[in-house]
Amino acid sequence: MNVMPTSRRRTLGRINVAKVTLAHGGGGKAMKDLIDDVFVSAFDNGLLAPMEDQARIDLAGLAQHGDRLAFTTDSFVVDPIFFPGGDIGKLAVCGTVNDLAVGGARPLYLSCAAIIEEGVELDVLRRISKSMAETARAAGVQIVTGDTKVVQKGACDKIFLTTTGVGVIRTDVHIGADRARPGDVVLVNGVLGDHGAAILGARGDMALDSPIESDCAPLNGLIEMLLTAAPNTRAIRDATRGGIATVLNEFAQTSQAAIEIDETKTPLRSEVKGFCEILGLDPLYLANEGKIVVIVPPEEADAAIRAMRAHAYGAGAAAIGFVRCGEPGRVTMKTVFGGVRIVDMLVGEQLPRIC
Amino acid sequence: MKYVDEFRDADKARTLIHEIETLVATIDLAKERPIAIMEVCGGHTHSIFRYGIEGMLPKEIELVHGPGCPVCVLPMGRVDDCISVAERPEVIMTTFGDAMRVPGSKKSLLQAKGDGADIRMVYSPMDALSIARHNPDREVVFFGLGFETTIPSTALTILQAKADGVKNFSVFANHITIVPTIKAILDDPDMQLDGFLGPGHVSMVIGTTPYEFVASQYNRPMVVAGFEPLDVLQSIWMVLKQIKDGRAEVENQYARIVLDGGNAAALAAVAEVYELRDFFEWRGLGSIDLSGMKIRNAYRDYDAEVKFIMPNVKIADPKACQCGEVLKGQIKPWQCQVFGTACTPETPLGALMVSSEGSCAAYYQYGGVKKHEAAL
Repeated sequence: MNVMPTSRRRTLGRINVAKVTLAHGGGGKAMKDLIDDVFVSAFDNGLLAPMEDQARIDLAGLAQHGDRLAFTTDSFVVDPIFFPGGDIGKLAVCGTVNDLAVGGARPLYLSCAAIIEEGVELDVLRRISKSMAETARAAGVQIVTGDTKVVQKGACDKIFLTTTGVGVIRTDVHIGADRARPGDVVLVNGVLGDHGAAILGARGDMALDSPIESDCAPLNGLIEMLLTAAPNTRAIRDATRGGIATVLNEFAQTSQAAIEIDETKTPLRSEVKGFCEILGLDPLYLANEGKIVVIVPPEEADAAIRAMRAHAYGAGAAAIGFVRCGEPGRVTMKTVFGGVRIVDMLVGEQLPRIC
Repeated sequence: MKYVDEFRDADKARTLIHEIETLVATIDLAKERPIAIMEVCGGHTHSIFRYGIEGMLPKEIELVHGPGCPVCVLPMGRVDDCISVAERPEVIMTTFGDAMRVPGSKKSLLQAKGDGADIRMVYSPMDALSIARHNPDREVVFFGLGFETTIPSTALTILQAKADGVKNFSVFANHITIVPTIKAILDDPDMQLDGFLGPGHVSMVIGTTPYEFVASQYNRPMVVAGFEPLDVLQSIWMVLKQIKDGRAEVENQYARIVLDGGNAAALAAVAEVYELRDFFEWRGLGSIDLSGMKIRNAYRDYDAEVKFIMPNVKIADPKACQCGEVLKGQIKPWQCQVFGTACTPETPLGALMVSSEGSCAAYYQYGGVKKHEAAL
């Protein structure tokens, strides 16, 4: 096993005040209690428990999973920290798990660094760490090391999280954004834009009541099934900020190929469609947190779709387009109306239109 | 989606395109040069690009993208004025989203926000009024932009603020009216337009009668058009049909929304709160008489131009910028000397590159680069 022997279990500290103060970042007992109360008790695993300055991972254990280490990091500053379908903790685990998984890696261990604004309620932190722990369990990963800082009011917005993850890539898996070839098929694993619409709705700026929930989910299980069914999968990327439009442009540019998608085949929830209609947004650019864009060779497309549809997070999987010869780097979309338009990278943030 | 998908039906589109092709083939003018139809409104420009309509039309039809994008025609000096107010510590500036990136002479609202100004995006001026209610110790200013589509909403918000006795709310009015501008375009000696698609949502407020002069004085067909792609195609067909028949009339394709007499309640609110300015500066087009709206003296307490001292400096458009010629349809966006080089959506030099309704940004984003490359 890759778990190092642990020392005897110590008693975990507990905090009895309602809100975080700067004292909880001071490095003393208050900080230890905060870490114990909020994080160690929730994450509860043998690699974290010894509370060394680093988690120690057995190399031979890692090597059982494959021949390359995958290593990634991501920071999470979402506002609001709780939103329909998830919270910043769930997002922080899913985001890093997915960044590993889309490279074909089996995600194994995460770190978690938290920057907390003074005045945040302890119960808020406990909810977030509980959510992280549950998501990690569902994804089959362990949170094995971390860091906590408390900063003055206004120096951050409630809580910022950074998760770093390691995983191992199977010997037979070789995927990359440069591998798309003309004729390949472009797939997604379900309806697009839910996360972006949920967050915009939850912020309340737009005074729209929307029932849309974030699609935030760990996709490593789905991707494993996909890779088993379609072992020659060329490329996978999660369509987070910038939406599928950005991922498609990255694929097209890196592979020096053209990509054409078909608007009628692009799966969208009618609520998200309506949300975009009202605000003048383009769903192709809305963020997702549980959606991947996959490029597979044509002969594996059906198997890939079937495999994804068999998984809870891939029930809406669909082929939305194909890679073609044409101007390298160009992404186009056949519109519902029968016209063709260019799908470019977004320059900045999408801004609602005046009228 | 009900009442939306019906207007995006690809089969009906094919039928209409076929009808347009058949009609165009019978028009003699189209054999000499392309028939130039200007869509006045930025909303139409957006639909045309969003659905790839331009590429579906026969080559004998040329769409000219007009001046009806309110953020595109906003002069830099007014953006500077807005920023100067926004940067006052007591002020919360509120604005529609796509005004955030419009370049002023030194920076945009987005950059001013980055520098620490309290600038918030809202979806409606009523949201701004509600921010004022919740922040009684701050001055909340709404950056009032847009044509008759948005003027009634700021007028009603001011009326509401007055009725409720809200004192810390004002509007920086940059509202403009489209009719004098259409006239200015028609008066331009270089004008080469054969017909117009009239703005649908402006007309919902003002009705269709204000455009009669286009037909009677300038002998050009105008069809007030809806914004769904089938609306646009049908309206193009209607313009062509008038050309074919030798008629010049104002027709209303968007009758499901637009009444010939407009919306009396909205017009009454506008007339109560606003009056015409003697002239107003349009980016790219210069000063146009009686084209801007100003808050009446009776509502001066809600006029940000009265409440705050602004630099009020007129800033000339960058020399290289050819927005004016594009707006008037004299050149295509990609024929501008800085299109895609000095002027891109990332670093817009001219305002047409800013909003997704601006024809340059639309070309750049949705298909212009291709045309641009084809033209080289």
